[in-house]
Amino acid sequence: MAVETKVMNCIMCPMGCELTVTLEDGKFASCTGNTCPRGAKYAQDEVTAPKRMLTGTIAIEGGLLPLLPVVSATVLPKGKVLECAAYLRGVTIKAPVKAGDVVVPNILGLGVDVLASRSMDLI
Amino acid sequence: MNQLYDVIIVGGGPAGLSAAYSAWQNGAKKIIVVERDRELGGILQQCIHNGFGLHHFKEELTGPGYAHRCIELIKDKPEIETMVDTMVLDVLDNKTVIAVNPQKGLIKLEGKTVILTMGCRERTRGAIRIPGARPAGVFTAGAAQRMVNMEGFLPGHKIVILGSGDIGLIMARRMSLEGCKVQACLEICPFSNGLTRNIVQCLNDFDIPLYLSHTIVAIHGEKRVTGITVAKVDEKMTPIPGTEFDIECDTVLLSVGLIPENELSNGLNLAMYPLTNGPMVDQHRETSLDGFFAAGNVVHVHDLVDFVSDEAEIAGKYAALKSQGKLSGDMRTVKVAAIDGVRTCVPQKLSLPADMSDEKIKLFMRVGAPHRKVKLQIKSGDNVLLSKPLPVAKPSEMIAVEIPAAKFNLIGDEISVGLVL
Amino acid sequence: MEFIKSADVVVIGGGIVGAAILRELSKYDLKSVLVEKEPDLSLGTTKANSAILHAGFDAPTGSLKAITNVRGNKLYHELEKELDLDIKWTGSLVAATTDEEMATLQELMARGKKNGVEGLQILTAEEVLEQEPNLKTVKGALWAPSAGVCWPFGACIAFAECAVQNGAEVIRDCEVTGFVKENGAIVGVQTNKGTIACKYVVNAAGVFADEIAKLAGDDSFTITARKGEYILFDKTACSSLVYGVVFPTPTKKSKGILVCTTTHGNTFIGPNANEQESKTDKSVTTPGMNEIIASARKLIPNLPMGASITQFAGLRAVSSTGDFIIGPSDVPGFFNAAGMQSPGLTAAPAVGELVAKEIARVAGASEKSDFKAELPKKKAFLRMTESEKAAKIAENNLYGRVICRCETITEGEIVDAINSPVGARTVDGVKRRTRAGMGRCQGGFCGPRVTQILARELGISVTEVLKEHADSYMFYEKNNGGEA
Repeated sequence: MAVETKVMNCIMCPMGCELTVTLEDGKFASCTGNTCPRGAKYAQDEVTAPKRMLTGTIAIEGGLLPLLPVVSATVLPKGKVLECAAYLRGVTIKAPVKAGDVVVPNILGLGVDVLASRSMDLI
Repeated sequence: MNQLYDVIIVGGGPAGLSAAYSAWQNGAKKIIVVERDRELGGILQQCIHNGFGLHHFKEELTGPGYAHRCIELIKDKPEIETMVDTMVLDVLDNKTVIAVNPQKGLIKLEGKTVILTMGCRERTRGAIRIPGARPAGVFTAGAAQRMVNMEGFLPGHKIVILGSGDIGLIMARRMSLEGCKVQACLEICPFSNGLTRNIVQCLNDFDIPLYLSHTIVAIHGEKRVTGITVAKVDEKMTPIPGTEFDIECDTVLLSVGLIPENELSNGLNLAMYPLTNGPMVDQHRETSLDGFFAAGNVVHVHDLVDFVSDEAEIAGKYAALKSQGKLSGDMRTVKVAAIDGVRTCVPQKLSLPADMSDEKIKLFMRVGAPHRKVKLQIKSGDNVLLSKPLPVAKPSEMIAVEIPAAKFNLIGDEISVGLVL
Repeated sequence: MEFIKSADVVVIGGGIVGAAILRELSKYDLKSVLVEKEPDLSLGTTKANSAILHAGFDAPTGSLKAITNVRGNKLYHELEKELDLDIKWTGSLVAATTDEEMATLQELMARGKKNGVEGLQILTAEEVLEQEPNLKTVKGALWAPSAGVCWPFGACIAFAECAVQNGAEVIRDCEVTGFVKENGAIVGVQTNKGTIACKYVVNAAGVFADEIAKLAGDDSFTITARKGEYILFDKTACSSLVYGVVFPTPTKKSKGILVCTTTHGNTFIGPNANEQESKTDKSVTTPGMNEIIASARKLIPNLPMGASITQFAGLRAVSSTGDFIIGPSDVPGFFNAAGMQSPGLTAAPAVGELVAKEIARVAGASEKSDFKAELPKKKAFLRMTESEKAAKIAENNLYGRVICRCETITEGEIVDAINSPVGARTVDGVKRRTRAGMGRCQGGFCGPRVTQILARELGISVTEVLKEHADSYMFYEKNNGGEA
């Protein structure tokens, strides 16, 4: 059995715990150095299918600002982040919107909704 | 005759909003928040990325999401008034605040207490004396961030970022997501000044090279930036001749540090602490001038907005108590000294009342250089008040601790905050 | 030949000298046009210099420099009120640190008296310290009470706006490409915008004056660019620097690197002096900054380097003749106002007088009876009293919105600067007229907002707004949709 260890920094919160991940035959076996369960989950994802949150803006008409900040409801595949960002650049919605509203459902068919980060009234 | 406010808060960012909410919770009946921008929320409104709120709201939020939470907390409360698009021109030592806005003209507010929460601003090219030409295309990262995230324009297409502070790193990712090419991130120190998670998800994820111990020795271009010359620096941060190379770019974004915005504090002649560039405060966040409190980045630059809110809630609470005459009587002054590897500690002094039952002593500090496996120790004389092992201590990551109430009786004339290696 | 426009006089170059000449010309029954190749006036030497109104003891007695300096200084005392110029009559000190330098001060004083400078006086070390407590290494100084500091771009724009209100015209983005002559005399100026018919041309083209002269057929002189670098400090730094104008004792080579206040209470150190081939390279260099820091430390050992807010460089036009070149050339109709290095800023109004009088004489033009010498007063919001502020906001509510936090510049002032007769067209143009962006954050906060105000007022897109020169765009459109 091939045992391999990888050292990485958790990105789930600003603490940035240094994680040591053990892989057996290329597969996740264990993780040390994390101070919370999110760290272990991150380590497992990172060595199998890395995922990231996506934040960005979409165009909005009728609000105080021309742009509305948005955020993915959960993490999505890291390899799809740039594609999703490019997609968001083509989206326009109309004010008003409330923080947490789904503004782009199921982005690129990845099963993840994109939500408004803030409210913006119609003015 | 103008109405007398219990608490006047200068600045409607996270510090000001958290202070207002806390002042309200602690019984202040007439509170006003004065904000210069078109809406409340401060710089958070342009920080559209996530990673905020885990400590304070126990939930991961974006910057606008965090601002939204803070705004919701103070909304629809008759005791809290807010005034946006309003610039405070002067704060007088009798707690009169003079401001202007387009609707009301010149405004005079009178308060029993004032909380200063003006935040900070970015260091500029001029402050660090980058040589070269002076074309268009050199921006502070925050100015570029506002244009990209709130106004809808790009500062350029081929970007170099000077400084690995968090704003610089976040902008490296943002520009990449906007379809721009980020050529490099340069850092004059041998270590990054940003959070590790941001190195990972903002640089590494996008294959953006980070050059440690490197800086810009010339900016080129007469109209727009056309490129820069970079050199490696020695341990004194002086460029090493012969190590120069050029990078083509049309934009240079600067993330070279933040400076507390203390023009109003200086106007009041508040005692300042040179290492933080902010006013000296006690554990209530009261400054050297009676009834004037300060919190957030105006006191010292934080890396987490959560700690800004924590600190502002302290200021809000004690300003509210002061306005009700509940923070008076003789206080014993205790000096707080940052020693042995701890570069700065806020508060710089403690004002201890005879009755300590209502006191919480929360300290925020930064180390001077990166360390591994050290111990943070707070002592008064030979008495250890707190000892906390730190697996990692970095200058970029603020440390927050609270002195246990059980140890208050051991506090002498001075306490020291230091590292044990 | 087709002409886009016809004038009596075309002034080439919109620096302080060209603008001062245009203003003097506008006193006569002459149609005068100023052409400037840049998007704004004052972008050459006028933009980056020491801003000093010299007393006039430096230049050799009898030289054009000496004569126009002393006369120009007197004229600024009159123009200050008429044109609402920003001037602080600080006086100047030439500081001596050795006995040898003390002897030089005597020579300077004698020369100054011959040049007609009034009030010169040698001060003792104690007297110097009373004025400038940080000059601890000084043995004595030459005190020239008539010297001062001004806001050079403001003066340049005021000269131009006064000329415009008296019928002159200013055309920007207009580069001279050649001349039309008949029988050897100038009859037109060719530009990128077309040819302007005229009888007289005044060459006030700064470092490019020799190239313009050559185009016209006058190759009697050359101009070399001499770069001077500066470091500007925050207003808070003056208490550890100086409150007025302090020169070191000059050497044969140069007037030296000074420590000096500005009209708005900043302080600066500089300039050095390095001749260079390029007439456009205004980059600041590390050796240059080190040179001025080292030199300024001889006067003030503890410079507050942490309070520096910007560095910049200017190019001075040094003529091959060693003096200013003012007046008619061998080409009929072609006049020079060239080689205007220091004290060119001080001399400008006197140069304007000389040139305009001469052109009026040869053209047989008479003085207008209705010349309007006064410009409307524009008090900065920051300098208003509380009741003036309240009244101004009531009159125009844009004065209630502060755009530049560092200098407390309101949207009202910015909009007025854009909509004035020779209005701002660029972000730096707004800065020179209002000070928005001149403070400690150097436009970090207000630059984008000024860009948006310019776009709105000029009816253009944000992406068309320039920082300074042609094509110096501030922002670009977002990549909409597009590729990942």
